[in-house]
Parts: sequence; C-alpha cells; structure tokens
Amino acid sequence: MPRDSEPSTKLLDVPAALREAALAALVAFGLFVLMIGIRTEQGPTGALVLSTRFGLLAVMVAAVFVGRFLRALTWRRTNAALERILPDFVTAIASGVAPYAAAAFLVFALLVPVLFYSNRYLLDLAILIVTYTMLGFGLNIVVGLAGLLDLGYVAFYAVGAYSYALIAQDFGLSFWICLPLAGVLAAFAGLLLGFPVLRLRGDYLAIVTLGFGEIIRLILLNWQDLTGGPNGISGVPRPSFFGLPFTAADHGFAATFGLEYSPTHRIVFLYYLILALALTTNWVTLRLRRLPIGRAWEALREDEIACRALGINTTTTKLTAFAMGAMFGGFAGAFFATRQGFISPESFTFSESAFVLAIVVLGGMGSQLGVATAATVMLGAFELFREFEQYRMLVFGAAMVVVMIYRPRGLVSRRTPSILLGQRAAAADPHVEAPQ
Amino acid sequence: MNKPVILNVEHVTMRFGGLVAVSDLSFLARQGEITALIGPNGAGKTTMFNCITGFYKPTVGRLKLRHPDGARYLLERMPEFRIARQARVARTFQNVRLFAGMTLLENLLVAQHNTLMLASGFTLLGLFGSPHYARAEAGGIGKARYWLDRIGLAERADDVAGALPYGAQRRLEIARAMCIDPVLLCLDEPAAGLNNRESAALNELLLAIRHEHGTSILLIEHDMGVVMEISDHIIVLDYGLKIADGTPVEVRNDQKVIAAYLGVADDEVGQAGAEVGL
Amino acid sequence: MEYFVQQLINGITLGSIYGLIAIGYTMVYGIIGMINFAHGDIFMVGAFLALIAFLVLVALGVSSVPLALFVVLLVSMALTALYGWTVERIAYRPLRQSFRLAPLISAIGMSIVLQNYVQVAQGARVKPLPPLIGGGYTLFADNQFAVRLSNIQIIVVVTTVILMAGFSWLVANTRLGRNMRACEQDLKMAALVGIDVDRTISLTFVIGAALAAVAGLMFLLYYGVIDFFIGFLAGVKAFTAAVLGGIGSLPGAMLGGLLIGLIETMWSAYFSIEYKDVAAFSILIIVLIFLPSGILGRPEIEKV
Repeated sequence: MPRDSEPSTKLLDVPAALREAALAALVAFGLFVLMIGIRTEQGPTGALVLSTRFGLLAVMVAAVFVGRFLRALTWRRTNAALERILPDFVTAIASGVAPYAAAAFLVFALLVPVLFYSNRYLLDLAILIVTYTMLGFGLNIVVGLAGLLDLGYVAFYAVGAYSYALIAQDFGLSFWICLPLAGVLAAFAGLLLGFPVLRLRGDYLAIVTLGFGEIIRLILLNWQDLTGGPNGISGVPRPSFFGLPFTAADHGFAATFGLEYSPTHRIVFLYYLILALALTTNWVTLRLRRLPIGRAWEALREDEIACRALGINTTTTKLTAFAMGAMFGGFAGAFFATRQGFISPESFTFSESAFVLAIVVLGGMGSQLGVATAATVMLGAFELFREFEQYRMLVFGAAMVVVMIYRPRGLVSRRTPSILLGQRAAAADPHVEAPQ
Repeated sequence: MNKPVILNVEHVTMRFGGLVAVSDLSFLARQGEITALIGPNGAGKTTMFNCITGFYKPTVGRLKLRHPDGARYLLERMPEFRIARQARVARTFQNVRLFAGMTLLENLLVAQHNTLMLASGFTLLGLFGSPHYARAEAGGIGKARYWLDRIGLAERADDVAGALPYGAQRRLEIARAMCIDPVLLCLDEPAAGLNNRESAALNELLLAIRHEHGTSILLIEHDMGVVMEISDHIIVLDYGLKIADGTPVEVRNDQKVIAAYLGVADDEVGQAGAEVGL
Repeated sequence: MEYFVQQLINGITLGSIYGLIAIGYTMVYGIIGMINFAHGDIFMVGAFLALIAFLVLVALGVSSVPLALFVVLLVSMALTALYGWTVERIAYRPLRQSFRLAPLISAIGMSIVLQNYVQVAQGARVKPLPPLIGGGYTLFADNQFAVRLSNIQIIVVVTTVILMAGFSWLVANTRLGRNMRACEQDLKMAALVGIDVDRTISLTFVIGAALAAVAGLMFLLYYGVIDFFIGFLAGVKAFTAAVLGGIGSLPGAMLGGLLIGLIETMWSAYFSIEYKDVAAFSILIIVLIFLPSGILGRPEIEKV
C-alpha cells in the first residue's frame, strides 16, 4: 500500500488534510503549468505559436487539490476497509467463478459468429481479440510460466507474418503448409535470439529482448529487397476453405455448399481459424504445465538457483520456453498476414510487445483464463473509447501502473497447482497466498 | 579400517579479487559418513560448499568425487547442474530456497525432472499421453510420497510450500535434495532456527538417510549439539584456513578450535597466536 | 581525414548528451537496482519544458538569448526534477518490496503515460525551434571539406563537463553523496545507520531528472526539433551507454555516452545511416553478453 504520509490520528483532521492537499496541488501546478497551461502549435509560417489554457490548468490543479483533500481525510478508514474487503471479495469471486467462467467463455467464443453474424464490425473485433489472446497465450509461456521478461515478443509475430507472406507468395503453398513453416521459422528465430541472452538477469534480459524486437523491425523496414521496406508486402494469399476459395465463383465456397455468396463467410472462417489456433495453444500450454518441462518452467520462475542445484539445465529450459512462445507468436503472425492480406513494419512496433505483455501481466501471470479475460477487457475498452484515441493509451499506461501497485499478481492471481495428491484438500484458506 | 573416500578436496583456494575466502584447503570425506564443516562466521564454509556444488569455480585446486561404483568426477570443472545430475551431489541452502509458489508435491517432482523428462520423451511422448510416461510419473509421485512421509508432511502435500512453517521448509528442502538420489548430500546449516525438538528430529532424519540410503553427508553447521551428535568426522575452518581435522572428540578438545570460537583475552593474544601458529 | 575529425566532433557532442541521460540510468540502477524505463521520457519532457519555457520568455518580451537560455535551463531543470520526483513517488516507491518484474512493468506503464501525456498536451506533430545559437569556428579546411566546430557544440560539451565535474564532486564530498554511496552498497544497512533512504532515493531520481533536463535543452538547441518520441530512442541508447561504461559507475556513464555517440556518428557517416539504431541496439546486446559489468564497472558476484 502506498504510504505517502503519516496518517493523522484524529478522525477528521481538516488542517492536516488541507496541508497535504495544498502540497499536492503545488506539485500538480509545477507539473502542469507549462505542459498543460501552455499549448504550442505549428502556426501558418511553420514556427510555433503559443496559446494558453489556464482554465484547464486551474481545473486540473483544483481537481488534484480536492482529490487529495478527500483522500487525506478518509485515508485511514476507506483504505483500511478497502484493503480488507477488496482482495477477499475479488479472490473469493475469482476462485469460485473461475471454472465456470472458463466454460462460459468457451461456449460464448464458439457462438460469436452465430450471435453476431450480421455485424461485421463485431466479428472483426472478435477476431482481433482472439488474435491477441493467442499472442497472450504464447507470451504467457515465456513471461507467465518461465518468468522471463520478454519485451520484444513482437519480433516473433513479425517473423511469422513475413515468413508466411514470403513463402505463400513465392512458393504458392497452401495455408496449411505455410502456417507450420512460419511457426518453425519463428521458433528458430526464438532459439537464435534466445541463445546468447539467456544468461542475463531479469531487467537486462528485458532490455535486450526489447533491442532484438527493434532490430527486427528496423531490418524489416530497411531491407527493401526482401521485405518491401516501409511498403511492406501486399497481396498475401487469402485463406481458402480447404481449397475452396471464398469467392462468388462457381467453384467457390458458397457455391459448393449451396449458399448465397457473402463476404462474411470468409470472416467467419477466419474467426474459427484463429479460435482453433488459440484453443490449440491453450491446450498445449495446459498439457505442458503438467509435464516435467512445464514444471521446470515454473520452478525456474520461482528460483533459478534451486533449479540448477537440482540438476536442471536452466539454459535449455529457458530456450525451450522462448522457442515455444516464439512458435505460437509465429502462428499468430501467419494468421495475421493471411487475414489482412497485407503486412508492413508499422504493425510490429514496441507498443505491440508492451500491449501483449500488459495482457499477460494484468491477466495474472501464468493464468490462461486471466489472459483471455484481460485481452477481451482491454481490447473491448480500447474499441469502446475509440473516439478518445489519444487518451486511450494514456489510460492504458496508467492502468499498468495502478494494477502493479494494487494487484501485482494480476486479475486472476491464484495459481492452480499442476498436480494434486488429493489426500487432504489444499487448506481451503483463501487468505493463504504464496509470499512475494 | 577406513571407508573409501568419496570426496577429495585438494588444495582448494578461492579468491574474490583481493579477498581470499578459502586458502589452500584440503580434506577428505568418506563414503557413508557424516562429515561436518564448522567454524566461525565468514570462515569460508559456504564458499567451500559453493565450490563443491559448482556455483563457484575455485581459483586453485581440485575437487575429486568418487562414486561407490567407481565413477570419478572432477567437480571443479563441472557446471552446477551437471554436478547435481551426473555426479549426483545434492545440496540445500543457507536461506532455504524452495519453489515457494508451488506445492510440496510439485517441489519434489521438479527434483525428479531429468528422469521424468527422459520418460516423457523430452515432452513429445508425454504430450500425447504415452503410458510409459504415465508410469514414470506415478513412480515419481511414489518417491515424492515416500519422502513426504519420512519428513512427516504427507498430509500437506498439496499445500503451497511457502505456507509451511520454517522448520518444515527446511525438512522439505532436504527431502527435495534426496529426490535426486544423491551419493553426496551437502547441507548448509540445516539446523539453523530449529528448536531442540526439531533438531533432534533432524538428527534422526540425517542418521536414517545415511543408514538406509548409504548417502554420504557433508554438513555445515553451527549447532554443536547436532554436529557432535551425528558427525563421524569434523573439519574446522577459520579465516579460510583449516585449523583442525578429526573425530568429534579430537576436535572438541583442540586448543586452536577453542581459541577460534571463544576468542582469547587481550593479554593472551600473543601467546595464543604463537600456539595457533600465526 | 577532415571528414573523420568532423565526425569525431559531432560524435563527442552527441555523446555528451547521451552521457547526461546515462547518468540518470546508472545512478538509479546503482541505488535500487532497477532500470528506470521512463527515464528516456523524462529527458523528452525536459526538452519540451525547455521549449515551452523559452517560447514563453520570448512572448514575455525577453530579447537576450543568453539570459533566456539561462532562465530556461533553471526552470526546465527544476520542473523536470519535479517530474522525476513524482514518477518515483507514484510508480516506484510503492513497489519496492514487490516482486522483481513489478517496478519494470510499472516503469513501462509510466513511460507510456509520459509519452501520451505530452502527445495529448502538445499534439503529436514535431516541434521546431529556429536556431538560437549560431556561428562557430572553422578549424581547418582543405579544398573539399571544412571542419567546423559550432558554438552550440562547444556549449554542449562544456556544460556537460561542468555538470559532470560538479556532480562527481557532489558524490564524493557531500553528505548526500555519501548517503547515495551507502545506499548503493547496502540499502538495509544504510537505513539502520540512520540514513533517510526514501529521501536519498528521491534525490537520486531528482538529480538524474535534472541532468536529463539539461540534456533535453542541449538536444533542443543542437537539433532544433523535438517530438514526443525522442525519449524512447535516446533512452535506449543512453541505457546502452550506461551499461557499456559499467552500470553504477558515474565516469562509466560518461565514457559510455561518449563511446555510443562516437560509434553512432561514425556508423552513420561511414556505413549506413538507416541502420545506425541497429548498431546501437547491437552494441547493447554484445556488451551485455560479453562484458556485463561494462568497462568501468565492478563484476557482480552472485551470492548463493
């Protein structure tokens, strides 16, 4: 709990609260006076022109003052109460609801095209959500299970997308061959990128993976001959229904199945395709968690030194996590390429990596359900607030900070053990959580 | 008749920049014996452990390990995970290093990683539900159960390891180390923080391990009750140097050891120094 | 040859700016062991504050450029320091006891907040500033190429040297400096002997931010144009510089900064300008793999 000042011992210590609020307002003034109070804009000559926004400045400073005042007054009581209720409340709901939630989620996901058949916009959004969920599942293996902070995950997404695009275009192979190839290439990239750096500790590993992500993007941007540079690759072959193209032609999907042609068919197919990919990723991850490799990943996250003392080759363990995560990222990338029909380096910036990382962390590291929930909530919120485009990212960043402070283990924070002896049910005490 | 040697520490020196933590240390540990490494804080005991278990590479010296079946290993050249896996030297840590977020059962299964990994066909077979793996996993669970029973934590198998009380955590760490079927078990202050009852239970456990599994034990400890009670052989370190090496009785009466532990009065410093050979 | 000398001059100037930012990274890492991912964006905020402050002064009728710049320097240092202080209080202090990744993720969040805050507040387009400090010296020339040392370059390097010297003096000779060094060695122990650890850490962030503000002003004057994204790239490069020089080492940060500046400039000049950022990232990776303690750093021994 952030503890900025000594709590006042009096119940309603107005003078102390006023002092605190005044101080906070002063800080706010300092922060905002130039940045908010003054606006620079490029004038007609190209030089900058100033305008003032003192009204807005006053409002913001006042808001800080009032907010801080109220908080200082009620600090002891509300915070203490919140502290007690919130974790219990949420955890109780979360653990009670979790298994049903997963099933409900799945059923809903399967029915989305049925429910929203006529709404192209929602179908596209659904595809986007499932794509990011799959990316989240993939990164979850690296960050959530193995505890390796990868800030350059987008690199594998990009490798998958570009591999697919280039192979499909140059060799004309079907989607079902190109997809695994893209995944393999991405996994290979994971090994390549992972090998030199896995000796590094947490923070350093994060920065280096960030560096790799950027290097990949810069290469894609500049190696015009191979990747088309900033123009990217267009004309990526669209998916077909096992050979039947989604066109209005006679040998097309619609004609073959006696349906009236509609462009929605392709969209629905794409949706079920990514859903299948995501579910496969999910299934594999859940299986792996129960296998020695999965347990080794989680043990690695808990205490690497203890792992080594038990004879586990942590380097190969980390590499496997990296490669698996990369492979799934590659699959998602291949899907992305075929869905869009066009890819460019712009889609593979650091922001993407940060976004997927946020999904994994906010969802609760290691929890599949958490990842799916976080992806849905975040992308849903993003879409809902589309008009506030600039503010979306601001809120997103702030949310990351807030969640880290108040709920560092994410939305779904209890870890389900990968195996139970079942002799006596794990102490059904929701207050007992692993330390840290 | 002397039992065969299991660990031969030869002239090991460990230097960190200008600091010499261990200086020209040599000693023998014998098979099936409990060898204790004692000495005041900072004497270099944990450093020695880290050298033996591969976490540090000694600046100078050899660490020769000899299995009962004759296999030999040069530990100073091996990385720590290979020492655990091939040379089968297990260890516990001064500050207990459990997988706190995982259950007791999971902790013990992780220890059997290499066996289970092989049985799962490096995951591939296991992924598709091979019965061979299922059998191996059942075997692993059986071994885990055995050790949980031995340390009296069987009913808490599904509890999270971090929730255990301190004494139980230490016992779990020992059980976990035993799950790799070590020939040499290195324990770093296993009795730290234990009360009398728990120390007695620890003694029993270690003696049983030695007796039933034939595991040799190398022990760092400050608790003299434990050390004198169960050790067959004691080595005393001070400032990185070996100052005594013998049976508990011999060491207990050694002047140098007493001086190192108790210190000497100011006016006797010169004389004590001469006695000790400084 | 002349071309090379020119690149040398340019590289040193760029390196000085990186060095100033790198100090912030290295100090924070030294004292609490975390990478302040948002530090690059603090630099960016500093640049913006300098710009706005300058324009305000001009609008208020201040005509003397040196005076204006002096005031701008003080104001932007003070306000940017305030930003640094606030970021630490809000996003890092509550997480000091949390698990390893929490402060880093919070820092990433903070970085996103700062970038978008500036973007929302001032618009996404680049902000140009007409050159304020012109003139310079032609050092030597042949018929093809003249080596120029511009006044702004002199100012950047001299300012950096002065600040570096002043700051080193501070760390070595003042109580604050001693406290910082103590906290770097052992945070718990420092608290036990009565050092106000919270305050020391806050001051570390504040000073780092102030130096980044100076770097921001220098950047603004040197390049004449800023946007909300300069923090990301400069941040990564400055961090690379800190690591290259030896994280935790002050002279290392400056040395690293100079090296990175030189490498980047030379690479752009002699190889390829598009891939200059790749060069920077690659150096980072190479250094972390082969020389993790950097050139002047102390090797870290992992306590088992």
